[in-house]
Amino acid sequence: MIVGGIVVSIPFIWMITSAFKPESEALRIPPTLLPEHPTLENFRHLFTELNFLVYLRNTLIIVFFSFIGLLFNGMAGYGFAKFEFNGREKIFYLVLATMMIPGQVTMIPVYLLLNGIGLTNTLPGIILPGLVAAFSIFLFRQFMTTIPTDLIEAARLDGAGEFYIFFRLIIPIAKPIFAVQGILAFIGAWNSFLWPLIVANDESLYTLSVGLSLLQGQYGNNFALQMAGAAFMVVPIIIIFSFFQKYIVEGFTMSGIK
Amino acid sequence: MLKHKFRNRHPYMFIAPAVSLLIIFSIIPITIAFFISFTDLDLKGLANWSNINWIGFENYQNLFADDTFLKSIFNTLFYVMIGVPLVIICSLGIALMLNYGSNKLYSIFRSVYYMPSITNIIAVAVIWGYLYNTEYGLFNYILSLLSVENIPWLQEPTIAKISLIILAVWKGIGINMIIFLAALQGIPRAYYEAAKMDGANRIQTFFNVTLPLLRYATFFVTVTTLIGWMQFFEEPYVMTQGGPLDGTLSIALFIYKEGFQFSEFGYAAAGSFVLFIMIIIVTLIQFKLRKSDTEF
Repeated sequence: MIVGGIVVSIPFIWMITSAFKPESEALRIPPTLLPEHPTLENFRHLFTELNFLVYLRNTLIIVFFSFIGLLFNGMAGYGFAKFEFNGREKIFYLVLATMMIPGQVTMIPVYLLLNGIGLTNTLPGIILPGLVAAFSIFLFRQFMTTIPTDLIEAARLDGAGEFYIFFRLIIPIAKPIFAVQGILAFIGAWNSFLWPLIVANDESLYTLSVGLSLLQGQYGNNFALQMAGAAFMVVPIIIIFSFFQKYIVEGFTMSGIK
Repeated sequence: MLKHKFRNRHPYMFIAPAVSLLIIFSIIPITIAFFISFTDLDLKGLANWSNINWIGFENYQNLFADDTFLKSIFNTLFYVMIGVPLVIICSLGIALMLNYGSNKLYSIFRSVYYMPSITNIIAVAVIWGYLYNTEYGLFNYILSLLSVENIPWLQEPTIAKISLIILAVWKGIGINMIIFLAALQGIPRAYYEAAKMDGANRIQTFFNVTLPLLRYATFFVTVTTLIGWMQFFEEPYVMTQGGPLDGTLSIALFIYKEGFQFSEFGYAAAGSFVLFIMIIIVTLIQFKLRKSDTEF
């Protein structure tokens, strides 16, 4: 386990140590593991000469909306799992089918659609197409089916409204799956690259990934600067995840109701 | 009676936001793409719709005469056949290991194994591009210490494919591992205690208790991983742009290139339908195989 862990984390260790190296040292052979003259110059460069602050803001907005999308996914998962209604199976298969549609197929038509309603080169245009995902609805449905129907019936008999039941009863029970999905949604939004690249022409709408790919193009041989950019993208996620994952594990061990 | 009707609108209210977004951004676009695939839509057609001609199956016929497309099919199958089993075995193995304990060390390693999958693809490209660099890269330096010749990680078609698979497996383990881990933790302790009382050893317990109970998780992981690898795109896109000599070109990347670089929208749409149909077939086979399994 430990050996595997070290092998898996080599790229990260390499990234972080290189981020603090001056440009010349990053290219030295044989490579140095720890920077001989540690410097914060690379990080300063990201913010002063490149617009990483703007990219960060855009990325955070996308992240925020992805959580609203998550709520929609959870609601849909609950709807499919705990209600009988006309066309349930058919609609659900339709949802699953969207998972099989290669993203490259829908890109052009979606672009045309957004163009038609004037949303290209805007943040909503970047956010909307990725808001919900079949994979996520599917996972939610799987989890929701394990919630005893009796519990919901009991709440109904007590006179609770359907949305009250969902927000007050279902969401607390489904906390573990919301935690897992929350992380997935966060990562997806934080990492969003291709779609923002296509939709946004304006640099003020770029996300961190798009900014980083720009950096890769412009500073192709400045590995130290690239590593600093990469570290800036990756390290916050690792920190947030390490914090959240404890919560997931706890969520699972609590496991709602027996 | 009235109350029953009233209640009936609730399921639709729950599914409406998600389903309508999926319809607008997935179902409608794919229908549009379907029609486009029978036309010669390109930049001229986009500017003026009267330039679009209905050409029937010509795009599809051209595709199967297109060496680049055939190569991309071969590459995609190569990725799927090596990558999918590797990801599943690695993530299951790691999940099993991590499931043995729950102390701080295990929780740290859970993060470590999960890290790659939360890493941004551009950051991955930047980091691995550096690692794979023939001159300055760490991998070749380590190999040179073992007096192995420089490996052209991304410059030789077959090695480049394997390099991308290594990268994608590294990146793909995390999410599947979490799903397996969740399933493992969902197995009631009682089953293991019962197995222990029956005198089953570790290996017997694994094959007779753990693995059958993981059936659903395994199925889920296999289907999603397969679909994901059939659409293998980001890694070749950011690492090699499909080169060298189209050696890493996947079907998805082929479609993207035709569509967004050469603006051959009709041709790209036809290619995407070939991929879509391949994915449907593979998925249906999966479901068929599952149906024939005994239910638990």
